[in-house]
Amino acid sequence: MPIADTAGRPRLEARALECIRADELVFRGVSLTVAPREVVQLVGANGSGKTSLLRILCGLTPPADGVVSWDGADIQALGKSYTAEVCYIGHLNGVAPTLTPAENLRFAARLCTAKPDLDIDAVLERMALTAIAEVPARRLSAGQRQRVALARLLVSDAPLWVLDEPLTALDTTGKALVEDLLATHAAGGGLAVVSTHQPLVLPPDVALKSMSIRD
Amino acid sequence: MSGATRAVLSRELTRMLRRRSQIVHPLMFFLIVVSLFPIAIGPDPVTLARIGPAMVWVAVLLSSTLTMDGIFRDDFDDGSLEQLVLSPAPLPMLVLAKAVAHWLLSAAPLIAMSAPLALMVGLDTRTLVALSLTLLLGTPVLSLVGAVGSALTVGLRSGALLLALIILPLYIPLLIFGTSATHNAALGLPIEAELYFLGGLAVLAATLAPLAAAAALRIRLG
Repeated sequence: MPIADTAGRPRLEARALECIRADELVFRGVSLTVAPREVVQLVGANGSGKTSLLRILCGLTPPADGVVSWDGADIQALGKSYTAEVCYIGHLNGVAPTLTPAENLRFAARLCTAKPDLDIDAVLERMALTAIAEVPARRLSAGQRQRVALARLLVSDAPLWVLDEPLTALDTTGKALVEDLLATHAAGGGLAVVSTHQPLVLPPDVALKSMSIRD
Repeated sequence: MSGATRAVLSRELTRMLRRRSQIVHPLMFFLIVVSLFPIAIGPDPVTLARIGPAMVWVAVLLSSTLTMDGIFRDDFDDGSLEQLVLSPAPLPMLVLAKAVAHWLLSAAPLIAMSAPLALMVGLDTRTLVALSLTLLLGTPVLSLVGAVGSALTVGLRSGALLLALIILPLYIPLLIFGTSATHNAALGLPIEAELYFLGGLAVLAATLAPLAAAAALRIRLG
C-alpha cells in the first residue's frame, strides 16, 4: 500500500452529513477530513450523535444527506472494498460471550482482512489477555471484554480505525495501551476516528484533532 | 466456500453446542406436542395412523419456529452482527452458513426424532419413509425462510412472536406437499410429484433467502 504517497492528503472525507433518527434531526452539516497519521477525537454531549456519526463513517448507516468518501470515491459506491479498509469497534463490542478470547480473535481474523504475519498468541500477550485466553468471555469483566474487542485492532490490517468509546470500562493501564495502539497505528500511516470523553495523550508526531459535533 | 463462511459455520456450531439447552428444549417441546394428540384424540390406532404424519409436520413447524429467532439474536445483542455486515466476505454467504448451522442442530434432530414417534403412532414403513423424505426436503426451507424472518425482526421487543406470525403462513406450501405425500404413500400412490415440489422449494429458498436475509439485516442495522 503506497502510504508514503498519500501521507498528508486526506483519505477519509465527510461533507455536510445529516443524520435523522426516528424522524428527529440528530445533526446537520457535519464535515470532517482524516489524513494518514491523523487521529480525530470526537467529543460532544451525550446524545449529540457521536455514535450515529461513527456508524455513518464506517458505512453501517447511510447518511440522510451528505457524502462520505474514501480516497475520493463515495463509500456507498465502494461497498465491500471500503468496509475491508475499516476496523470498527462499536458500543456493542462484538465479543461472543460463549466463546473464549482466543476463539473470538481467531474468528475475527478469518472474518476481516487480517494482518499477513498475524500471531494470535502475541496479540493476546500484548493486550494482557494470555492468562484468560481460554476462559469463556461471559465470565470476564467488562474491562477484560473490552480488551478482547480492542485486540481486533491488532488482528485487522485495516488502515482506518473507527472506535466508539474505546476507553469504556478500561483501567489506567488499559487506557495507556489504547493510546499506545493509536500512536503505533498513526506512526505506520494509519487513520483513526475515536469518540471519547477522556483526554487522549498521544506523542507529538501524531496529529491529534479534536472535533465537536455541535460547534 | 470461503474462509469467512466456514468460520461462521464452525463458530455457530461451537456456540450452539456449548448451550445445549437451546438444542434440547425444542426437542422436548416437539416430543410433548406430538404426545398431546393421542391424549386428546384417544388411542384408536386407525385414527392415529391417519393423522400421524400431519401432527408430526405441525409439531416440526412449531418447534423449529421456537428456535428461529435465535439465528441472529445473540449476534445482534453482542454486536457481532455489525462485524458480519462490515466483513469483506459476502453477507448472503455468511447468512447461508448461519441457516445451515440452524438446520444441522435444530431441524436435523427433529427429523431423527420423528421416526420413532411416527412408529409409536402406528405408521407403516412406506408412510414413514415418505414422512422422513418430505421432512428432509422441507426442513431446509424452514431454516432458510426462518433466517429471513429472523433478520427482519431481530432487535424488536416482541420479535419472537412477530416472527412466528410472519413465517408460519409461509410454511403452508410445505405443509400441503409434505402431508399430501405421506397421505399418498399410505394409500400406495406415487409421491414423486410432491417430492419434486418440495425439492424445488428448497432450491428456491437456498437461492433467494440468503439475499433477502442479508438485505433485511442491513436495514435493521442501518
